[in-house]
Amino acid sequence: MSELLWLIVALPFAGSLVLALAGKSLPRLAAAMIGVGSVTLSAILMLFVCLDFLHANPAGTPVHQMLWQWINVSGFSPAIAFHLDSVSLTFVFVITFIGALIHLYSAAFMWKEDGFARFFSYMNLFIGFMLLLVLADNFLLLYMGWEGVGLCSYLLIGFWYKDPGNGYAARKAFTVTRVGDTAMVIGLFILFTNYHTLNIQDILQAAPHTWAPGSTIAIITAYLLLGGAIGKSAQVPLQTWLPDAMAAPSPVSALIHAATMVTAGVYLIARTHVLFELAPIVQTTVAIIGAVTLIVAGMSALYQHDIKKVLAYSTISQIGYMFVALGVGAWSAALFHFMIHAFFKSLLFLGAGSVIAVLNNEHNMFKMGGLWKKMPVVFWTFLIGACALSALPLITAGFYSKDEIIWQAYASDKGSIVLWLTGLAGAFITALYTFRMVFLTFFGNAKAEPTYRPGVAMTLPLVVLAFLSFAGGFIQLPDNMGHVTLFSQFIQHTLPTTVTTASGHAAEWIAQVIAAIVSIAGLALAYRIYYNKPFPAAEPVRNPIQRFFFQGWDFDLVYDKVIVQPIVFFSRIDKNDIIDQFYTGLASIAGLFNKGLAATQNGKLRWYAMALGIGAVITLTILLYA
Amino acid sequence: MNILFYIAALIAIMATIRMVTGINAVHSLLYLIVSLLSVSVIFFLLGAPFIAALEVIIYAGAIMVLFVFVIMMLNTGSSGVKKEHELLKPSTWIGPGITSAILFGEMLYVLMHPAAHPMTRTEIQPAAVGALLFSKYILIVELAAFLLAAGVIGAYHLGQKEKVSHHRYLKNEEPAT
Amino acid sequence: MTIPMEYGLLLAAILFCIGLAGVLVRRDVIFMLMSVEVMLNAAGLAFIVGGAARGSADGQVMFIFILAMAAAEVSVGLALIIQLYQKFKTLDADSASQLNG
Repeated sequence: MSELLWLIVALPFAGSLVLALAGKSLPRLAAAMIGVGSVTLSAILMLFVCLDFLHANPAGTPVHQMLWQWINVSGFSPAIAFHLDSVSLTFVFVITFIGALIHLYSAAFMWKEDGFARFFSYMNLFIGFMLLLVLADNFLLLYMGWEGVGLCSYLLIGFWYKDPGNGYAARKAFTVTRVGDTAMVIGLFILFTNYHTLNIQDILQAAPHTWAPGSTIAIITAYLLLGGAIGKSAQVPLQTWLPDAMAAPSPVSALIHAATMVTAGVYLIARTHVLFELAPIVQTTVAIIGAVTLIVAGMSALYQHDIKKVLAYSTISQIGYMFVALGVGAWSAALFHFMIHAFFKSLLFLGAGSVIAVLNNEHNMFKMGGLWKKMPVVFWTFLIGACALSALPLITAGFYSKDEIIWQAYASDKGSIVLWLTGLAGAFITALYTFRMVFLTFFGNAKAEPTYRPGVAMTLPLVVLAFLSFAGGFIQLPDNMGHVTLFSQFIQHTLPTTVTTASGHAAEWIAQVIAAIVSIAGLALAYRIYYNKPFPAAEPVRNPIQRFFFQGWDFDLVYDKVIVQPIVFFSRIDKNDIIDQFYTGLASIAGLFNKGLAATQNGKLRWYAMALGIGAVITLTILLYA
Repeated sequence: MNILFYIAALIAIMATIRMVTGINAVHSLLYLIVSLLSVSVIFFLLGAPFIAALEVIIYAGAIMVLFVFVIMMLNTGSSGVKKEHELLKPSTWIGPGITSAILFGEMLYVLMHPAAHPMTRTEIQPAAVGALLFSKYILIVELAAFLLAAGVIGAYHLGQKEKVSHHRYLKNEEPAT
Repeated sequence: MTIPMEYGLLLAAILFCIGLAGVLVRRDVIFMLMSVEVMLNAAGLAFIVGGAARGSADGQVMFIFILAMAAAEVSVGLALIIQLYQKFKTLDADSASQLNG
């Protein structure tokens, strides 16, 4: 079955192509069948490949599939080739499986929208590029997927292009991630000049022998790759695009801006972990960035009134957790949290999307309320997702994934008590803002009536994802609770084991109890403040501190003052710059010559005779005096 | 005899100047004929009686008659004279005058440079010219014949009144009978 | 007997330059054509003078060729003038300036 790997990637591309070419003439049902069908087929194929990989290959040997030679120029010969190992399999699983569920959901969600086929064309294209990204065996193909998903993100954020604000958000997302991408591509140049190949596995094998640990070049390269990762994964300081990206339709937010694309940075760091291990200082930076991000974004999430923005900041914050795990070398913990987060966060986005849709596109949580009786399926699944996000102990998958990160932040050889405390604080904030969202949206007074009930196509993905958010955690349990290590063993075929210094079940028990208490405390505080309290439907009045958090710590303001305005200022000055004048001068001189020469061709016979006469004079003069 | 040369040269120059500056086309044409006749006198003096005769017959005779016919045919009359008067402003003379003067100065310089050469007075008989024409220059005679034939055909073609002529594919459909 | 060749050539040069000035100044095509005739005639005169100075018949032969050329040129030129007048109803050479750049 593994030889059908290429088909998993090819199907979404084919679907996208068909929809892009014939989308306008297709009826909605056919477009939906193609759009959803291609990804669903991919997902089914992926299940077979997955079983095959697990079954026939217990040692987790990577599967390599060479399709064709892409370019061959003087030693530079990247191939269109796929590399399937446990890390990429995890990502492929999440992308196709959650992708198929979200496609099904969006077929119902987008049914009445214009550009239905266009939407699915973009979505399929995104799935194709994302699979290309995680399956690529060389950095060039990876980069192609990397930019491809950026493009699809841009297209889908601006999907409702008639509102200029959406176009602005799309451009912002594109531009901000471009900053990181530029750093990343420079890093790839450095890798190529040093190793004369872009093949990922070759580089990873050669790197420890070529570069000494802590050497400058390794640090620079790792920092540049990290730049790409934080741009894509919306980490501080490049996180500002993700909240604005919520202009996209909710399924897009669920697929691209929660489950898959934004975790590409996590994938990149995990994939190039050798380079990060060679540069310990950069790995520490990863952890610090993650820690800072999870607090910054969590605080901002507390003050949002737009339900999708809460989830956006929450996504940033949760990817911060993954970065902390990557930074302390807890590779499998990071990927585990990635997978669980993809389940519950896409569930939350889809649930929020349902709520927004039935309330006639109402984003403001303060104008919702009392929905739990009216939309029971959405409510219960949303509640499960919220519990997973808040990491309520024992019953939710989120607890097991997040607890592992928090524990490793302390127990790993690269961990520290500060990271552990930050993680705990983040967990508290997470529980607080999550249940603030739940209480505001589903409890209290009903301020708006649902216009319709979501159909099966919308609720089925919610139920499946809710089940996974609940049960997904049991494939990896802590040492002291059952010690199930299916996932980490699987990942350890590819990524190194986490080295822990702190030992003893006692310490782990204490840490887990503290983490559990912290998240329950967050829930309790949210209950005290927000449960069944009458809030005015209008946007709340904010004092300056609240506004500071609401605006995402004013990063946009700072960027505007420090980068945008000086550039605008200089470009105003530079509008008529000297260099331009030189070239326009050249052009106008050419124009003058043109005019002068054209004037000689005035069609008057006497002028031509005059020219002959003058020519005779000049010729004679030259003959006489030369 | 020399005095004849100078008189003829003077008349030629004066007549040519009057011709160039003249307003009325027929008057100018007559001045041109005078100029040509005096040049033919010079030819005679230089010992080329055959050429002098040709000058009178062909230039002053045939070619000038052509001019007369054309002027007659166009029949611009007094309106043409009036128009010429407007067109011929003194300021238009500046550029051409300077150019011609410079050219003349340079020719003069070339002419004065070598020592003076007296011209023979030996008369060259038409027979000698004819013998040379049909021996050494026979090829050029043929070429001149081509040129004249081309001139005849060209003049015939151009002189025709403009006919509305269509390409055969552009020909209008014959009206149905 | 004592006329130097230079005088003959000088006369040719004077006539040529007057003709040139005429071509350059006049706008009436008939006058331009007549001025061209003057220039051609001056060139022929120079040939005759040269031939007389050397005592050979070659100069006269050349004059005959110039004469033939002038005849052909005048016939075509006059035909063109007629066409010009029919098209533009004027003899002003500047009016036929549609080829201007």
